[in-house]
Amino acid sequence: MDRRKSIKTLLVGGASAGVLVEACKLADKKTTDAEVKKADPFVENYNRMPEEQAAYRKLMTETFFTPEEMATITILGDIIIPKDDVSGSASEAKVPDFIEFIVKDMPEHQTPMRGGLRWLDMQCLTRFEKPFKDCTQSQQMEMVDAIAFPKKAKPEMSQGVSFFSLMRNLTATGFYTTEMGMKDVGYIGNQPNQWNGVPDDVLKRYNLAYTEKELKECVSFS
Amino acid sequence: MIGDRGQCFYCAQCGRSCKVYGDFSSSSVLVIPALKTGNVDLVTNAMAREVLTDREGLATGVSYVSKDDMQEYQVMGRTVILAASACESARLLLNSKSPRFPNGLANGSDVVGKYLHDSTGADMGGIIPELFDRKRYNEDGVGGMHVYSPWWLDNKKLDFPRGYHIEYGGGFGMPLYGFNWGIENLNGTYKIKGKQKEAGGYGASLKEDYRYFFGAHVGMAGRGEAIARADSYCEIDPTVVDKFGIPVLRFNTTYTDYEIKQAKHMKETFSEILHAMGAITTWGGDDGPHNNYGLHPPGNIIHEAGTVRMGNDPKKSPLNKWSQAHEVKNLFCMDGGPFVSQADKNITWTILALSMRASEHLIDELKKNNI
Repeated sequence: MDRRKSIKTLLVGGASAGVLVEACKLADKKTTDAEVKKADPFVENYNRMPEEQAAYRKLMTETFFTPEEMATITILGDIIIPKDDVSGSASEAKVPDFIEFIVKDMPEHQTPMRGGLRWLDMQCLTRFEKPFKDCTQSQQMEMVDAIAFPKKAKPEMSQGVSFFSLMRNLTATGFYTTEMGMKDVGYIGNQPNQWNGVPDDVLKRYNLAYTEKELKECVSFS
Repeated sequence: MIGDRGQCFYCAQCGRSCKVYGDFSSSSVLVIPALKTGNVDLVTNAMAREVLTDREGLATGVSYVSKDDMQEYQVMGRTVILAASACESARLLLNSKSPRFPNGLANGSDVVGKYLHDSTGADMGGIIPELFDRKRYNEDGVGGMHVYSPWWLDNKKLDFPRGYHIEYGGGFGMPLYGFNWGIENLNGTYKIKGKQKEAGGYGASLKEDYRYFFGAHVGMAGRGEAIARADSYCEIDPTVVDKFGIPVLRFNTTYTDYEIKQAKHMKETFSEILHAMGAITTWGGDDGPHNNYGLHPPGNIIHEAGTVRMGNDPKKSPLNKWSQAHEVKNLFCMDGGPFVSQADKNITWTILALSMRASEHLIDELKKNNI
């Protein structure tokens, strides 16, 4: 033990002095980042607490969705966010991987997602005698059209509407938080800059201008 | 450059821990320089249990549980300074019972844990159709859309005391989890590039909708001053302990008309501002007397203060004007605890100022051997 710890130890169950020595060893032990990284491929160099690393490792080594469910998620994701002339598709931006991750990180999404996927497959089995992923494209679109529009969907489709809205929300989050998605929507931030106020051409468009007082008193970078 | 700290370059990633220490945070600006002096031993993963005292009633150190091995340790010192945050400092004092201090350390006034208060808070937001599909540029930088409204009215004409300021949100923020969640509530309500669409949907049309609404949201948060009252308090729970065996706090705090009427005023003001700027309120507009006008529950704004208040009279306050315990001259509390009241501002800077003042007095007293 080092000098700043005095010896008032709570021993449980009459353990011997050996426990005391072990306890000190534990407190003084330091593990370097490099050693930890070598031992465990899931520990990234982020200075995470051991309990955070353990939680992340557990999350990244377990699987929630079955291959069939992932196939359905991938098809749905690309219907919601397809490739267009501005940017790629949801699957190109690895949105299915994100959805697998997010239901493990936020377990409250698991039942609505799994339940919704099952509902979708039951609907398709009734209509087309095949699960969603094995239907033809026009059959899939017929099914999607029945649940993608909350204000005009039939009341008996309400479960599907709720599921598709969740799927749309998660796909959007998974897509627009990627580099591809941020470029698509036009986010220019997260880079070094100095705020010099709203650009002149934008001010002009809204018939606005900074006052002399504002220009004098506000911080400016030149 | 300030010492080892880099210059902020407005990348707006402060929440991910600033890599150049350009942000103000206690670790970057206070702890790291303190460690560099070589005069500090930092003990981490230590859950403080109570303050230890001697037979003369002076503080001698702190007993703590190490989270690494769940064993009990002690740290001894000439002075003990509590800065565990208002409620936890009160908890430590109340748990530091002894024959001399049966009601908790330095608590002859019976005030420790009382006068607990927080900032008031109510919010509202919406969407500005004139900003749909607007030209992109980098709006990162100073937070809150580079806008802030300090308190501007005269209370003589109002039905509540004190006041509040307004914080703003919106603009081209970086897409995060929850980006445009619930777009089905927007893309059927407003025409998109002149086209009336069906709410919800999918495909290239949906991508067009996300682009269209980006940067058109606005939000307002009022943060105001609550009244510190003795009947708003935390105390030690008589039966519950935490996993370290340390008795926990239980809370008894409510808001009165002072705060509720302030929240009502916030809502009326925000509604007026949103309307005047051509915005349509999409959230926070349905609050009313049934839910205290959306007033956040006490504690929600996390500016808790007041539980170890300072005052000249030892019968009415545990601390004196130097944040020093009246009854235990080598015991200080330097966090939100000493506040008698707080303004409508986040209390961090005032905590720093009071701590500096108390520390200078402590150094002075140590030099004079008064402590």
